[in-house]
Amino acid sequence: MPDVTFTVDGKKLTAPAGTLLIDACRKAGIEIPAFCYYPGLSLQAACRMCVVRQEKVPKLQTACTTQVGEGQVFVTESAEIAQARKATIELLLGNHPLDCPVCDAGGECELQDMTFKYGAGESLYVEAKQHREEQKWSPAVYFDRPRCILCYRCVRMCGEGMDVWALGIQSRGASATIAPNGGDHLDCEQCGMCIDACPVGALTSDTYRYKTRPWEMNHVATVCTHCGDGCKVTLGIRQADNGTDIVRADNRDKSGINGDFLCAKGRFGFDFVESPDRLTKPLIRNAAGTLEPATWEQAIRHVASKLKEVRAAGRAIGVIGSNTTTNEENYLLQKFARTVLGTNNIDHVRSTDYPGFAAAMAGHDHRAASLRDTQTAKAILLIGGNPTEEHPLLAWNLRTNFRLNQARLYIATDSPIKLERQALMSLQLPVSLESGGYESLSDFLGGDDNALDFGAMDDVIESRPTQTDTVPTELTHAKTFREAVLAEDSLIVIFGEEFRGAAIQKLVAWGLGKENVKFAYLGDYVNSRGAADMGLLPDLLPGYVPVSEPGAFGEEYANLSKQPGLDAVQMLDAAGRGELGALYVVGADPIASYGVDPAAFENTFVIVQDIFLTETAALADVVLPSASLYEKTGTVTNSYGDVQLVKKAADKAGVKTDFEILVRVAGGMGIDIKKLVPFGTTGKGGVTADMGQSRGAQSGEADRHAVWLTANNLEPRLSPFDPLAVLDEIQRLLPAYQLDRLNLFGGNDVPSQPGFVPVSDLLAQAAHQDVVLPAHDGLFTSGTLGAHTVALTEIRQYQHSVSDAVVAETAAD
Amino acid sequence: MPRLVSHPDEVKIVTRRFGMGAAEIDRYIELGGYESAKKCLEQGPEFIINEMKASGLRGRGGAGFPTGLKWSFVPKQSTKPKYVLVNGDESEPGTCKDHLIFLHDPHAVIEGTVIAGLAIGAKTGFIYLRGEYRYLIEIVEKAVADAYAKGFLGKNIFGSETEFQVIVQTGAGAYEVGEESALMESLEGKRGVPRIKPPFPAVVGLYGGPTVINNAETIATVPHIFAMGGAAYAAVGSERNGGTRLFGISGHVERPGVYELPMGYNLKKMIYEVAGGVRGGRQLKAVVPGGSSTPVLLPSEIDLGMDFDQVGKAGSMLGSGGVVVIDDQTCIVEFALRTISFYAHESCGWCIPCREGTDWLKKSLTRFHAGFGTMKDIDNIQYLAENMMGRTFCPLGDAAAMPTIGFVKKFRKEFEDHLNGKPCPFAKHVEVALV
Repeated sequence: MPDVTFTVDGKKLTAPAGTLLIDACRKAGIEIPAFCYYPGLSLQAACRMCVVRQEKVPKLQTACTTQVGEGQVFVTESAEIAQARKATIELLLGNHPLDCPVCDAGGECELQDMTFKYGAGESLYVEAKQHREEQKWSPAVYFDRPRCILCYRCVRMCGEGMDVWALGIQSRGASATIAPNGGDHLDCEQCGMCIDACPVGALTSDTYRYKTRPWEMNHVATVCTHCGDGCKVTLGIRQADNGTDIVRADNRDKSGINGDFLCAKGRFGFDFVESPDRLTKPLIRNAAGTLEPATWEQAIRHVASKLKEVRAAGRAIGVIGSNTTTNEENYLLQKFARTVLGTNNIDHVRSTDYPGFAAAMAGHDHRAASLRDTQTAKAILLIGGNPTEEHPLLAWNLRTNFRLNQARLYIATDSPIKLERQALMSLQLPVSLESGGYESLSDFLGGDDNALDFGAMDDVIESRPTQTDTVPTELTHAKTFREAVLAEDSLIVIFGEEFRGAAIQKLVAWGLGKENVKFAYLGDYVNSRGAADMGLLPDLLPGYVPVSEPGAFGEEYANLSKQPGLDAVQMLDAAGRGELGALYVVGADPIASYGVDPAAFENTFVIVQDIFLTETAALADVVLPSASLYEKTGTVTNSYGDVQLVKKAADKAGVKTDFEILVRVAGGMGIDIKKLVPFGTTGKGGVTADMGQSRGAQSGEADRHAVWLTANNLEPRLSPFDPLAVLDEIQRLLPAYQLDRLNLFGGNDVPSQPGFVPVSDLLAQAAHQDVVLPAHDGLFTSGTLGAHTVALTEIRQYQHSVSDAVVAETAAD
Repeated sequence: MPRLVSHPDEVKIVTRRFGMGAAEIDRYIELGGYESAKKCLEQGPEFIINEMKASGLRGRGGAGFPTGLKWSFVPKQSTKPKYVLVNGDESEPGTCKDHLIFLHDPHAVIEGTVIAGLAIGAKTGFIYLRGEYRYLIEIVEKAVADAYAKGFLGKNIFGSETEFQVIVQTGAGAYEVGEESALMESLEGKRGVPRIKPPFPAVVGLYGGPTVINNAETIATVPHIFAMGGAAYAAVGSERNGGTRLFGISGHVERPGVYELPMGYNLKKMIYEVAGGVRGGRQLKAVVPGGSSTPVLLPSEIDLGMDFDQVGKAGSMLGSGGVVVIDDQTCIVEFALRTISFYAHESCGWCIPCREGTDWLKKSLTRFHAGFGTMKDIDNIQYLAENMMGRTFCPLGDAAAMPTIGFVKKFRKEFEDHLNGKPCPFAKHVEVALV
């Protein structure tokens, strides 16, 4: 659209023709109040708060529905307009309960703010307000009808945004009310987006309601600890007797990679932090064979001396890292393993084959798609998986991209998924879920018409009449699908754990043969990608540099072995054979993951750092209670390679970050810590330039000067426990992590660019496919964390009871 | 069947066939029916629209928009199907004209729909009938079925290559659905809430297709225009107000009923001569000239011609042609309460000023009429209504606010007479109001 110039309050503004006046004004810093207008959702023009005066138009116009045109003249503030807005608020307040002192939204309520601005301070009515009892719609969502101002944000957020359509409107006139599709309960994805969108306190969450006043909280923006999409989440923190409480998780300023979005896990699944099962004291196995609380000094000393002993005895040591620890911790862990323990026996419980992806993408960094690309891409090919369940933000992006930009979505899966509603075309593949089964699709896309065996679908599709009738039909459809995909000028190909090793190679090779094809490979946990990027791999150093050709790492790392080490499965096998002297596990549960017989560890000294007493921790010799992701600082990398800052939000008495524990253990072993963590300098050998005058942040605000200093490497890392010292080293050594730090520390997602250094053919072939264990966590599960979350557990039980009820109802019919 | 009224001043065009059994298709044909449609089919869209423009016919639903002009707004080329909608959701209190048309002359509506379809190039027309008019559904559906049987509707209407289908649909009891875009939502099976305009129906209407939506009376008039010629029709009415209008005169008159009078007919004459004057020799107190949403006129204001422009100039509206006559034994406060109660009940609840405003007006007036009001309430009621005016999503808010403002402004004294614990001066009504 061509730009047009128009006048608002005497100021000349320019915007593309057809822009909504409210958007144009907000962009220019002219505030126009609105309850019902919500960017990205359909227009309502229902609240009448955004009324403005347009020259030559007799009535006041709603800015949310007025499209700007050349030469138009608007007035957005005048006595007439203020009166119109005031009158609307007076009407709302007529029935609004004014229970602000106890309302969750009190203090951050849009109705309060507007009342404050437009001064509707006088009661005009003496009749009783309409009252209705509050309703519990689900374990997560409560509804207080009297507070509702009927802006329909929740209805649209649920329907248009989530494609769930669980909310509607009942009755009319003053009796009109928002109502759930289940009559008195919600049958939905429990995302809580309705609560987020609510401008007042009508929709409240079970985890937060009546817990605190908003101004008693500090707000810390960090990254959700659950899935590989890595949503930015704002945690509301309040002082508590054993540290701090997280009382709320939401999406406060919508500034993150996730924009408006947050799912049930991100919003409600933070109470594992307060779980009574949380480890808060180090445990040492005593002579009687039971785990006994110990002091940190005792535990560290014990671990350090044992590790030294095993190392001195020349016995093998294995290290298994985590998918949920930070990049800095992961980097430090592999450096600790390789330089302090002197071994390449390091791995993590892989949820996807990122080394395989890195090998396939080597030399084609610009072909990696960031998560933001999925918000704007014109065409997307999704192969396998079910993002709605496993990658909720990706699903949101694809839906939104379809809804707002008419993106063309192509889906090829082995079973129907919800996102097909937004798909231009979908193709049901004749493959099983077994890994590698999707490989044939690459051949088919590459032109092999016989690659897809539709005959294999016999058992899947009961209704198929005869083989001869339908096979050509399915093949014809598949060919049409292929033609449409190939006709796209640009494409993002998204796939997940169904592809490993050679299958990734094949798919990526097909896509690289086309112009403008980008790839995203989906991992399961918050830092699955980071674990691989940071070299928690037996054969690859950080940045997928082969240990056999270590390059710069050869100079940096003392005692670096060029021999690849054991992977996780091999380590466990070695333990079973009595060949592993020690196993150091950080934030992982390999015994549960790989189903290992605990007896295998009889001759292995096992150290576990975790937040819960996992199966592996239960048989460890030393258990060190670690901090969760919400209790530490650092960075994480999501599935798409976008790096984000993790900020310490909460405190838990008794625990230490994995970073600090590692440094202390290394110190206990008599290592020169400066060789492990380059602290006391700015970057490599630099000196402090500008210490500046940092005031310290007011509660909840960013300390901008401090952010600037840190981002520009002008602050010395004064502590050996400062993860940013390690980030300095990561940035120095990894070409992929040349991050824009000002952006990163400002709280934005920064794509790691360029992505992948070449991996030698030798290594690419050695894809340890059996090591890959997809998590398949759904909307309400999240590994160990999910099991220790009361809110998510209740939601899981509720979802089961709702679906049971539906089944029973259907049966009764 | 309601008794038909008659008066020598009437000019019977639309009501020409009333009481003559024209609901039967053969009788309708005998009386010259479907000839206009055949003529229009031969002559084509340009002829139809020109003739409509010449007739000066203005929308009978209330807004008075020139019908020919409205039809000409529909784009000739459209990728989506075009539609004709007949708005028979007649629900404005005081309005009772369309139901007579459906009752006595349903084929006129069908024929008018066909002509509108020919004018804009639509293949489908919908007749949307007020849900409460249960007894009319059978009549209209039979008429449509008969028209199909004669080949006047269907794939090849009147044996031509032209297709036109008519579907009858009933409402579910919402006044709001009389608003054109809310009617489309309802017809599409959704909640009856108006749409944001623009786009207007002529461009994006039913199912997203270009749509002409007209009041049932407007559509029923169309065949007569082609029977008598646009210019001849225009000549019947007043300046810029072609033809006749069905005035439904109700309230305290001797001979209430629906009269077809030329546009611009004098209101005073209408009440005192056509309708036989105020019932029982009482004095006239007020007149609501065009359905309950139009501001009230005082006896001193009724010497005026009943057309869109003249009534507008007098500070009210011609509206739907429902003239409500109020005698001197009527409590205006109660009348205001009855009026606002209707709108509070019918507000769809979509926008704040209408949803909350009608409700609070109703509550305030209820209390006020019951004798518990204060002087400040009178100002408050006016303030509330004035702050609804022009601020609501659709005209329903205005429809509720306009008459309220009129009542308070013109009968403030009567409001004041309810104060200080005084019983309603028309006490017999108090109990009714409290209910």
